[in-house]
Amino acid sequence: MSNMAQAIRMALHVGESKLGVKDIFGQDVGAPLGGVFTATQGLKTAWNTPLDERGIISMAMGIAMAGDRCVAEIQFCDYIFNTIDLLKIAGNTNWVTNGNYSLPMTVMTPVGAGIRGSIYHSHSFDAWASRLTGWKVVMPSNPLDAYGLLLSAIKDPNPVLYLKPKALMRVKGEELIPGEPDEKELKACIDAPIGDRSDWKPKWPDLQEYYVEIGKGKITREGNDLTVVSYGRHLLLCNEVADQLKSEGISIEVVDLRTIFPYDWNIIKKSVEKTKRVLFVNEDTEVTNFGEHLVYRCVQELFYHLLARPRVLAGKNIPGIGLHHSLEDASVPQKNDILREIKEILSEVP
Amino acid sequence: MTTKKAVKKNDFAGLSPDTLLKIHQYMVKSRVLEERLIKIYRAGESYFWIGGPGEEAWGVPLGLLARKGQGLAYDYLHLHYRCTPTLIAMGMEMLDSIRLMMNRKTDPSTGGRNFSNHYCFPKWNIAPVTSPIEVQYPIGLGTAHAQKRAGHNAVTIVTGGDAGTAEGDFASCLIWASRKEFELPMLITVQNNRWGISTKWEGQHGEENVADRAKAFGIRSRVINGNDPVESYLVIQEELEYIRKTGKPSFIESKVSRLYGHSSASGANPVPNAFACVKEFEESLLKADILDSKSVQKIWADFEQEGIKAQEQARSEAQPSGDSIWEHVFVNNENADWRKF
Repeated sequence: MSNMAQAIRMALHVGESKLGVKDIFGQDVGAPLGGVFTATQGLKTAWNTPLDERGIISMAMGIAMAGDRCVAEIQFCDYIFNTIDLLKIAGNTNWVTNGNYSLPMTVMTPVGAGIRGSIYHSHSFDAWASRLTGWKVVMPSNPLDAYGLLLSAIKDPNPVLYLKPKALMRVKGEELIPGEPDEKELKACIDAPIGDRSDWKPKWPDLQEYYVEIGKGKITREGNDLTVVSYGRHLLLCNEVADQLKSEGISIEVVDLRTIFPYDWNIIKKSVEKTKRVLFVNEDTEVTNFGEHLVYRCVQELFYHLLARPRVLAGKNIPGIGLHHSLEDASVPQKNDILREIKEILSEVP
Repeated sequence: MTTKKAVKKNDFAGLSPDTLLKIHQYMVKSRVLEERLIKIYRAGESYFWIGGPGEEAWGVPLGLLARKGQGLAYDYLHLHYRCTPTLIAMGMEMLDSIRLMMNRKTDPSTGGRNFSNHYCFPKWNIAPVTSPIEVQYPIGLGTAHAQKRAGHNAVTIVTGGDAGTAEGDFASCLIWASRKEFELPMLITVQNNRWGISTKWEGQHGEENVADRAKAFGIRSRVINGNDPVESYLVIQEELEYIRKTGKPSFIESKVSRLYGHSSASGANPVPNAFACVKEFEESLLKADILDSKSVQKIWADFEQEGIKAQEQARSEAQPSGDSIWEHVFVNNENADWRKF
C-alpha cells in the first residue's frame, strides 16, 4: 500500500498528465528534493520558487486568472500566515467581480503536530481556513482519500486549500489507489533514490482517475452510542478509540468529515439523530475552533435529539506547540483525551 | 532617463496629428468622467470616490498601446485604482464607470459590490483592481508566466503608486520577474505622485528614484515625466517593443500629479498649483494649430453632456438586491450558505 506522500505524488502526476495541471511549485518542490515530504518527486511540471510565500500564492492567483491550472505549495502551514490577505483576495475574487473571474487553483500545505516540530512546524490551519470564504477546504486522513480529494481539488473551478496532515505522510493506507502496483514495485517506480538523483526518472504506474467528492464525508466506524466527528490525523486516533471501546461493548460511530468547507452536514445530522451524543475532535486551538461552529449547528438544529451536551475536543489555546514531547502531548488531543471525553459524554444522564 | 525626442519643443516627436488628437480626446474624456464621479459623490449618490485625475498623460497612452483582447495572446493589465484614463483609452464607456460609482446591478465590473475605479473587464484582460495596494504586482507574475509559456509575445502590465512600493509585494515582483533564465515579460510601472495618502514622499522614501530599485535586479528601468503624454507614449511603446522582443521585464517610473487628493476621504478637492496635464497638452496642441479653440470647447461640452446622460441612465437602473449576496461565492452559484448544505 502507498503512503500519503506517494498518494499525493501519484495524484499530482495524474493532474499534470490528464487534468491539465501546468505548474506544481513551491519551496523545494522541484528537483532535486521534490518536497520536504517527497510528495512532489519526479513530477515533470514541478519547480522551485524563491523562499517567498506571498510570491507563491500570488503566482498561483495569476496563473489561475490566465486560465491555467496549477498546484502551489506552502512548505508548512506555519508560514502561510503572511499570505492571509492574498488568500482572502483569492477567495473573494469571483464574488467581488460578480462572476467575472474565477481562480481555479489548489494550494496544499502540511498541517498539525505529531512530528515533534516545535512552534513553527506544528500549527494547524483548519479553523483559520474555515473563515476564508470562497475557498473550499479539504483534509484527508488516508492515502486513497488524499489521492481522490486532490484530483477533485484540481478539477474544481474554485480555489481549494488542501491541508496535508504531516504526521500521516508516511502512514500507509488500507485501500489501493486504482492502478497502484504492489508496495515494492511502487517504491521502485516512483521513489527517488537516496543520493545522486540527477539521472533518475520515475516510471509512473497506469493510474486511474478516482475522485472523492468535495463536501462528502465518510463513516469509518459504524455505531449507535455516540458520534465522533473528526478529520486528518485525529480521525485515525478516533478510529482506534472506537475499536478499543467496541471490546467494552460501547458502540461509537466515527465520521471522517474530509471536507471542512463546504462540509457534509447531512452525514453529521443523520449520525447524531441516531446516536444522540456527539464529540468533535481536531487539533487546532480551541477558542473559535471550527468544531464550535458544528456544535452550534447541532444545538440549533438537533437540540431536541440530544441526550448530552455536544462537545469539542481541540488543541489548547496557547501560542504554539512546545518541542518537548510532554509539552506537545499536553497541547493537542491524545488518544486518552478522546477516550475520556467520550466516557464523560456517555455518562451524562439527560 | 528621458526620451530625447519627447522634450523637443512642440514637434510632438513625430506623433501624427491623429494620434495626438486621440490622446487629447481621451484625456479630456477621462478628466470629465472623473470630475463627474466626484460630483456624484458630492451629490450623495455614491458612498466613496477614488480615482485618477492627474494621471491622464500617463494612463491614456498606456491604454492606447496595450494589445487589447482576451486570453494569453493579449496583454494582461493589473492596474491600481487610478486607472480610469487607461480604461477610457481602451474603449470603456463613461456609463460603465458611473454604474460602478453608483453601485448599480448593471455595473459590469463588480455588480455594485466595489468602489469606483475598481474595474474588471475580462474581455480586455483587465484583472480586478483591488483595494489592498501592491498585490497586483506579484499577481501579475502569474499571468506573465502563463503568457511566456503560451509564446505570443504578450506582456503583463502592472501599475501602482510610489507609496505602495513600501510593501514587500513590490520586491517580490522584482525578484521573481528578474530571475536569470526565468525572466518574465512584464512592464512594471510606478506612478510617482510623491504622496502616500496624506504622507509626503520624504516620509516614505530614502531612495532618489523608485526605478533605482529595479536597476538593482538588473531590470532595464527609466524615469519619465508622466505629465507629458508624448513622452509617455514613446517610452511605453519602446518598452513594450523591448519586452515583446526579449521576453524580459522592463520598469518605468512615471512622475505624475495627484489633482484631487487621495480620495473622497481627504475631501476630493482640487490641489492648488498642481501641474494640470490635460490643459497643458491642450495648450500645446492649440499653439501648434493641431486644435482650435472652438473644437476644444465642443470636446469638453460633448463629454460633459455624455457624463450627465450616463449619470441619469445609471440612476434609473436597478440596484443589487440583498438576496444576491450569496451569488458567486463559488463558481456557478454552487451553494455557499451553510444553512442550506
